[in-house]
Amino acid sequence: MTGHAAAGASGRDKAGRPIVAVTGIGVVTSLGVGKSDNWAKLTAGVSGIRRISRFPTEGLRTTIAGSVNDVYRDYMSPAELSERIALLAGEEAVAEAAIGVKGRFPGPLYLAPPPLEIEWPDRIKMAEMAAANGDTGYPDLMRVAREFASISGTFKFGIIGERLADHFGTEGSPISLNTACASGASAIQLGLEAIRRGECEAALAIGADGSLTPESLVRFSLLSALSTQNDPPERASKPFSKNRDGFVLAEGAAALVLENLDHARARGARVLGILEGYGEKSDSFHRTRSSPDGKPIIACMRNALADAGVGPEDVDYINAHGTSTPENDKMEHLGVSAVFGDRIRGIPISSNKSMIGHTLTAAGAVEAAFTLLTLEHQRIPPTINYNVPDPAIALDVVPNKARDAKVRRAISNSFGFGGQNVCLVMTREPA
Amino acid sequence: MIERREVWITGVGLLTCLGEGLEAIWSSLERGGPPPYDDKSFAPYIVYPLAPVNFDKQIPKKSDQRQMEMWQRVGVYAAGLALADAGIAGKPDLLDRTDMIVAAGGGERDVPVDATILAGIRTVAAPGAFLNERLMNDLRPTLFLAQLPNLLAGNISIVHGVVGSSRTFLGEEAASVDAVRIAHARIAAGQSELTLVGGAYNGTRWDVLLIFEQAGALLRAPFAPVWDRGARGGLVLGNMGAFLVLESRDHAQARGARPRARIASICSDRNRRQPGDIETTLRRQWKTIADRVDPAHAVVISGAAGLEPATSAERDVLRDIGLPVRNTGTYIGHGVETQFVANLGIASTVIEHGKLFAPAGTGDVGTSPSALSQVVVTSVGNWRGEGLALVERAD
Repeated sequence: MTGHAAAGASGRDKAGRPIVAVTGIGVVTSLGVGKSDNWAKLTAGVSGIRRISRFPTEGLRTTIAGSVNDVYRDYMSPAELSERIALLAGEEAVAEAAIGVKGRFPGPLYLAPPPLEIEWPDRIKMAEMAAANGDTGYPDLMRVAREFASISGTFKFGIIGERLADHFGTEGSPISLNTACASGASAIQLGLEAIRRGECEAALAIGADGSLTPESLVRFSLLSALSTQNDPPERASKPFSKNRDGFVLAEGAAALVLENLDHARARGARVLGILEGYGEKSDSFHRTRSSPDGKPIIACMRNALADAGVGPEDVDYINAHGTSTPENDKMEHLGVSAVFGDRIRGIPISSNKSMIGHTLTAAGAVEAAFTLLTLEHQRIPPTINYNVPDPAIALDVVPNKARDAKVRRAISNSFGFGGQNVCLVMTREPA
Repeated sequence: MIERREVWITGVGLLTCLGEGLEAIWSSLERGGPPPYDDKSFAPYIVYPLAPVNFDKQIPKKSDQRQMEMWQRVGVYAAGLALADAGIAGKPDLLDRTDMIVAAGGGERDVPVDATILAGIRTVAAPGAFLNERLMNDLRPTLFLAQLPNLLAGNISIVHGVVGSSRTFLGEEAASVDAVRIAHARIAAGQSELTLVGGAYNGTRWDVLLIFEQAGALLRAPFAPVWDRGARGGLVLGNMGAFLVLESRDHAQARGARPRARIASICSDRNRRQPGDIETTLRRQWKTIADRVDPAHAVVISGAAGLEPATSAERDVLRDIGLPVRNTGTYIGHGVETQFVANLGIASTVIEHGKLFAPAGTGDVGTSPSALSQVVVTSVGNWRGEGLALVERAD
């Protein structure tokens, strides 16, 4: 047990809590499978946004997405695809961490999956079976429901977590959580908190979202959240640009092995980065919009810096939420300007979403993984498609080309519908 | 560094088929008698409809109510009751640092829109294009916000001003056990002082009944108590909201708040649900608290859902433990992500009244001990997840 060492001893942060290291990273996005491939493309400014080929797009305002075509086969439901990419990312992270033995991960699982429900292909099959008399209401579907027993488990919210817990052999009850577009960051945060509490020496945090379907696209479309600049697809996501018009829905997954630093050192694990702190703050202004004064996102970032025991002057890079919606990018600019003051003009801030789109419940995890790779490689991925700067947003967005830079400490922002705000603070080495 | 602080329940908010608030629900439970289930509206399936409620009392703006579906209104209402009970409703300085963990299920679908699409899609030449067109034209834009699981928490932030933090857990019964477990652990370790935890569930919907019927999990009329539903068993879903305000003892005392009870211990786990697994897990969980339980003053409130073999497995373990048992599912139906929190709330009122309520069904055994001061609350998920909590009088 390392949980009882004196405060200030090695492996403890300024507040006397166990320092939490990252010892394994796995990533799947529209750019590819695996963190090396992803990092190479991300720093080359490659876009993973494509025209949707998975289903017909007639009648839709948005016909592009960042789908994980490398993994999707035939028909896979969102539950199947999300589980698959979560598993791929998790395996990469666990292999890199070389922790535990195969099928026995020595800690709990914190998973951010997409919400699941019966999908249209299955609903239609049920209607076909029920429709001898032409009726297709829910009472008619009920008559044939038991014929579909084999798929009944696949819509349960806990199913992906349960299967991953079986696969990785994680300890205890797997936690599945949802904080909308901040979910992946919340999963990491729960692991960080558990290690700090001394409940475990390691945790597996995964965010995964493979839910590109007609209805998911329509739902965001009806809220006017998506870009409709479909042609060419790879140019649609343009965070912080004046002509930005919405985010691009995307799929992806990322996994982090979190570990008590002392535990990692004792077993000779390679430390990929330090998870130094987190901040949260909810917004009570509106279901889909931020408080116009930006106070909640400002408080969220300040809470994160305070939790990490550092100040705004200690941050060298900001991994933006940067969705490319008019609202988010304006509010994020307001927020970082308030937190970092005049210094903000000298702090690079880039959006991975310019290349991979918005991976929804996975985004916080995917972007935390990319932030850790930024710290590891001392190279900042760009914000691509930055050709028409928004004069109201005076930020160094690392336009269009990756940049080598000295990055000792970075923050990653995640903001979601429902007033969800999470900010993570990461460093390369323990402070 | 690792603090272990006492965690009090300083607020309870319940809204069920038996009415709202602990006193109304307690008096129904104490009276016993036939539960208010409805075997007509969704025949042959049975549900427990919500008792009449005036949502305006906790959700004053009609515009807010319109942005929510039933499960969210029920949850926001119950959350408001809990905040008022804890004496923190309308106090921005406290709400600003109140954390929140919600256990949520899926949002509600627009059942008529689904039916219209299903009626049309089988006769058109291009089903994909038809689906796109109908969804784009027929779905209400705001329905999405009633479907997102985290929008119960989002609405609580908007309506009641709880903005410390907000996390939503997913995954049926286990989600609520873990929501309380983590809220408890954070307070015990000094990561939080004040946390609103709970959920809401509306089983009076065709779309949710359909998911359970696929698994053959629903009880068909005639009604029977949870313990007595035959070899296969079956669920009878309820409509309920349940929230607790958990608080560190120091924080509560500093502001003069009274505890309804304290959560002395809580654990959750999983297994692969092979024969014997539930029993093994429950027995292991019981061992973690057995030394602290005084059999002369303790009872069990069971969250058994009525599905077999889970319900019989739990009953076998409870028989060996030997404490008096009451199940709440027979009275209020099964609330999936909400049941466990509702049962913790009911446990606190059982402790306050110092006695048990009326039995319902053959698994409700034993009589109320005098000076009842401890309640063991169980949760055996209908398909996964086992949990156990020990609730005690807080002196």
